[in-house]
Amino acid sequence: MKTIVTALCATLVATAATAGNDCTAGKTLEDGVLTIATGNPAYFPWVIDDAPETKQGFEAAVAYAIANEMGFEDDAVSWVRTSFDEAIQPGAKNFDINMQQYSITPEREEMVDFSLPYYTSAMAILTTATVVEAVGDPAPEALKGLLWGAMAGTTGAMMIDDAIGPEKDILLYNDNTDVTQAIQAGQIDAALFDLPTALYLSAVTVENGALLGQFPAERSQNPDQFGILMEDGNPLKACVDAAIEALTASGQLAALEAEWLAAATGVPVIE
Amino acid sequence: MTDTSDTTARPGRRAVFEAALRRRSMRIAATSTAAVLLAIVLLVPLAPGWEAVKKSFFNGPVFSKTFPGLLDAFLLDIAIFAWSLPLIAILSLVVAICRDIQRPALYPLKLFATLYTDIFRGLPVILVIYLIGFGVPGLGLPRPWNSPYIWGSLALILVYSAYVAEVIRSGIESIHRSQRSAALSLGLSSGDTMRFVVLPQALRNVVPANMNLVIALQKDVALLSFVGPVEIFRQAGVYKSLYANFTPYVGAALIFLIITIPATRYADYLMHKRRRIEQ
Repeated sequence: MKTIVTALCATLVATAATAGNDCTAGKTLEDGVLTIATGNPAYFPWVIDDAPETKQGFEAAVAYAIANEMGFEDDAVSWVRTSFDEAIQPGAKNFDINMQQYSITPEREEMVDFSLPYYTSAMAILTTATVVEAVGDPAPEALKGLLWGAMAGTTGAMMIDDAIGPEKDILLYNDNTDVTQAIQAGQIDAALFDLPTALYLSAVTVENGALLGQFPAERSQNPDQFGILMEDGNPLKACVDAAIEALTASGQLAALEAEWLAAATGVPVIE
Repeated sequence: MTDTSDTTARPGRRAVFEAALRRRSMRIAATSTAAVLLAIVLLVPLAPGWEAVKKSFFNGPVFSKTFPGLLDAFLLDIAIFAWSLPLIAILSLVVAICRDIQRPALYPLKLFATLYTDIFRGLPVILVIYLIGFGVPGLGLPRPWNSPYIWGSLALILVYSAYVAEVIRSGIESIHRSQRSAALSLGLSSGDTMRFVVLPQALRNVVPANMNLVIALQKDVALLSFVGPVEIFRQAGVYKSLYANFTPYVGAALIFLIITIPATRYADYLMHKRRRIEQ
């Protein structure tokens, strides 16, 4: 069903007038159409209700802002879904740009291209109120004794070892749902997520959920910056970077962030 | 290739002919194998995407950086395998014997065993691991009894015991009824008949079939990663995300093969031996 809709959208869009600016001419998969990939499903608050074409949610809104900046009207944007593995596999891609909270790391940059960062995330510790009470002050020493979990393949999983160094083996899961289920079942005490995801999960998904603390976004060691993923050597990168630069300079990016990502002033900062 | 004909003092015309035939088929087999290998080695790199595939799947630096970590994670696979295997052996034997119960009073046991094998053979392993690995701890068990290691392993044990029980049952049924009658007429109880007459033969008959399940179990241990434990498959996935490169999966595949190929050969050898005895 989804493919049919996508195909329909694609044909509809293809019949519309060609779009794009001088920079993007001839560099997209389909002339005059910017094909953007997101996750399947795409999660709140990045994309609301798994419907990026409604422009609801931070990444959906940023995607349209970038597309407009690059000279594509709203109806010249086509959405596809990919997993992380599809995004990095060798061979032809079905997207021009891929946006699903990809953290920019030097290792990844050897295999794929990233745009300039469009968001810098703090990392937050998701847990339950019971654990918060038991731990009290979120000092790094107190965190070591907890049983840690994370979503495999995220920078959260990689950061636990560096930032916390837990005594017991970390447990890793396929997706957010599995992590929250493990917290609920008491199999893990706490998990590390980017702050917006952690806020959402603690408020909505995890019963009795709470945030124990956050590692500030501007930390010196591996700041978690989200970039748009593109195939290695994609000529579109220069155009995307220019668009993000313009959006940052005009303050539009910051405005979108304020609109879609809840402020997290109440969460204690871990030094 | 050594010429077998010179072991006999004066080879007959037939022996000479057969030796020549053998030499000829060896030559053909060697040539065709070499041709296929050569074609693969020469043609695959000609594919337009080969460079990209090589960088993503056969990346030397990534391989050497991740391989030690993968080996380390594989120890967990071996541990899970080691504690699951004896429990599978016990549970499957119990279930198989229950399915063979003849006494009417014990019929509920037979019914239970039948239901058990039907259900657990009919479900995908991964589903059982998910349901038991997340579901049972969700009931609110205290630590350490809610550990995913315990419940994930239990799921694996339940599924594999169902398969092994069926294999053992087929072994039990392969022992002719007359042997049981003979044992009973000698004064053995039905329990003793099972223990001293039927099972020793039945279990020996099904060793090769069970070896296949043991090999399958070695690989399915990796499915436990779905409920948390960071074993080799999960560790490879973490490296994959870290480096945006599939080479760690190739490394993990190699480690699996190092273990499973000798096991497979051993199973083949056992089957071969069994056939020779039966002939």
